[in-house]
Amino acid sequence: MDTISILPPELIRMVIAVVIIISFLFLNAIMMGYAERKIAGHVQRRPGPMEVGSHGILQMVVDGVKLVGKELLIPFNVDRTLFRVAPLLSFTPVILPLLVIPFSEKLQARDLNLGLLFIVTMGSVNVMALLVGGWGSNNKYSMFGAMRAVAQAIAYEIPILLSLLAVVLMCNTFSLKEIVGAQQNIWFVFLQPVAFIIYVVAGLAETNRAPFDLPEAESELTAGFHTEYSGMGFSLFFIGEYTNMFIVASVATVLFLGGWHGPHLPYGEYLGVVWFFLKVYFLLFLMIMVRWTYPRVRFDQLLNFAWKYLVPFSLVNLLITAVVVKL
Amino acid sequence: MLESEYQEHNRFFLNMGPQHPSTHGVLLIVLEMEGEYVLDPQPVLGFIHRMHEKMGESRPCQSFMPNTARMDYVCALPYNHGYVSLIERKAEIEVPKRAEYIRVITSELNRIASHLLWLGAYLLDLGAFTPILYGFDDREHILDILESITGSRLTYCYYRFGGVYQDIDDTFIAATRAFVKRLRKRYSIYEKLVTKNIIFIKRTENIGIVSPDMALRYGMTGPNLRGSGIAYDVRKNEPYSVYPEFDFEIPVGEQGDCLDRYMVRVKEIEQSLRIIEQALDRLPDGPIRAKVPKNIKLTPGDCNFAVEAARGELSYYLVGDGTSTPYRLKVRVPSYSNLSCLPELGRGILLPDLVSILGSFDLVIPEIDR
Repeated sequence: MDTISILPPELIRMVIAVVIIISFLFLNAIMMGYAERKIAGHVQRRPGPMEVGSHGILQMVVDGVKLVGKELLIPFNVDRTLFRVAPLLSFTPVILPLLVIPFSEKLQARDLNLGLLFIVTMGSVNVMALLVGGWGSNNKYSMFGAMRAVAQAIAYEIPILLSLLAVVLMCNTFSLKEIVGAQQNIWFVFLQPVAFIIYVVAGLAETNRAPFDLPEAESELTAGFHTEYSGMGFSLFFIGEYTNMFIVASVATVLFLGGWHGPHLPYGEYLGVVWFFLKVYFLLFLMIMVRWTYPRVRFDQLLNFAWKYLVPFSLVNLLITAVVVKL
Repeated sequence: MLESEYQEHNRFFLNMGPQHPSTHGVLLIVLEMEGEYVLDPQPVLGFIHRMHEKMGESRPCQSFMPNTARMDYVCALPYNHGYVSLIERKAEIEVPKRAEYIRVITSELNRIASHLLWLGAYLLDLGAFTPILYGFDDREHILDILESITGSRLTYCYYRFGGVYQDIDDTFIAATRAFVKRLRKRYSIYEKLVTKNIIFIKRTENIGIVSPDMALRYGMTGPNLRGSGIAYDVRKNEPYSVYPEFDFEIPVGEQGDCLDRYMVRVKEIEQSLRIIEQALDRLPDGPIRAKVPKNIKLTPGDCNFAVEAARGELSYYLVGDGTSTPYRLKVRVPSYSNLSCLPELGRGILLPDLVSILGSFDLVIPEIDR
């Protein structure tokens, strides 16, 4: 009809992209939740979920139904607005970075020429959700978790930025499409191994995953900042965390592992997404394995590690990159 | 002056427990905190006081047997052992050799099970989710072995005055030997996953250093005392049962930090395996229970018996008055003294360190409260 013809095609394209991305995020959370429980089970010498569906495939679906059906409990004397806003704040900033990530040569919602900067910014906004959730819960334990989360996030943003800057120096651009394009001959992980390792470690810390999961340290703070959330609120935090992991893994793939580059496929411009997902899920598999292997670091050791080790190493790496590029 | 006022406002009280994932029982610790630093931890006991001693003083001495297992359910057989040996010492009952050997084998198996559970729970406190399942897997074998002769998996009531309840058979011996072999092969797994894990070392080294003087002042016993360098083990220093016939060592730590207490317990598992092997090799034949009168009259006077439980020195004290009901029954539990050094040790430490120290003490709160 008339209204459809006057809408710019770009807007329609963006709307479709956002819908696809949000549905993909929920699917991703389901898949990663299942993968995590199965991998955790096998690492711990047990099979993991086996009952629901063959080998437990439908476990996360059933969990989702359960979580949605729970009573949305709002504890006594909390700040009602903050308490209810926190899960939304956790879920929203993780959708946006996926709009700029190149899933394959032709599959990218929008290629901003400051795409990388945009992604890092959205990562920082993420921390606010933890702080708002912790404060709004009117609970000393949650507040503890929130304070730890803020200090941790601020400390680990700097190594992320510095290691990503090393790649940017080599490509002269912030646009993710061009960064992937620049890796046609050789992936940057071979040229910048130090930056890759620092980025993955700092990315783990940024997403509050073990061994850096102090904000939700179960044995000390009984679930930290999301102690008081039940049902959908908890599941939004949960989906936000998995999506954050996915973003960290995708940025690592795009910047270091060559994005969608891989052996040739028919319809390569679209099916490059297969290689992209293989690399992303390989990194996610590593992240999940690390969680079940290592104990938690102590909080001051965490901050020491960031400020005394990661930051100097990434600075030196940046310096060497700058010198080599200049030559 | 202004700074101290500012600091005053920064302090707050945090309740750790009584329901808490890492206080190993129903223990409340009131923490006065300043930021992440604990200024003054004060344990509050009594949440699970079940009046075991009163029960021991209200009923004939035979009825107290199940209570002994429920005081420390993780390592129940040494508790059984202490009580039956106390009554045997009081009533001058001679225990057959075979029964003594069976008691030693089962007690040492229970000690290994307790240490494996402690290892898993300690690492769970530190945030590692995997070692507890490995530990429970190994422990499951012990529980199956002990279930085949005692009938229970956790709260054993297997010893009787004058011996044990049921004889062990060849399947038990074969299963125990197979278990000894299997556990020795599993050491490398624990070593790689835990002992050499850099994060674990960072969380336990130089943390919670208990000096030998402090340990003696508070009456700490067991692996906590041995971690501080003092080689005191009731099995060697005040031998009971048939322990003098076995050849085993007492592992000792150096400076008394959490890592030392961890290493002492891990090495104790190996020493327990040695004792079990020697006992199985030399197991004599014979009766498993002496002839004991149905109603034991406790002569007036007092009596004491100490054993080495998994957590330290456990001793029973009895005052008889001529009837078969004790006039006074007192149980000295190791965890009570082990916990008592927390207010002094925990001054000015970080909260995660407090969790690490509590875990390394291997406390079982139900035995503290009895």
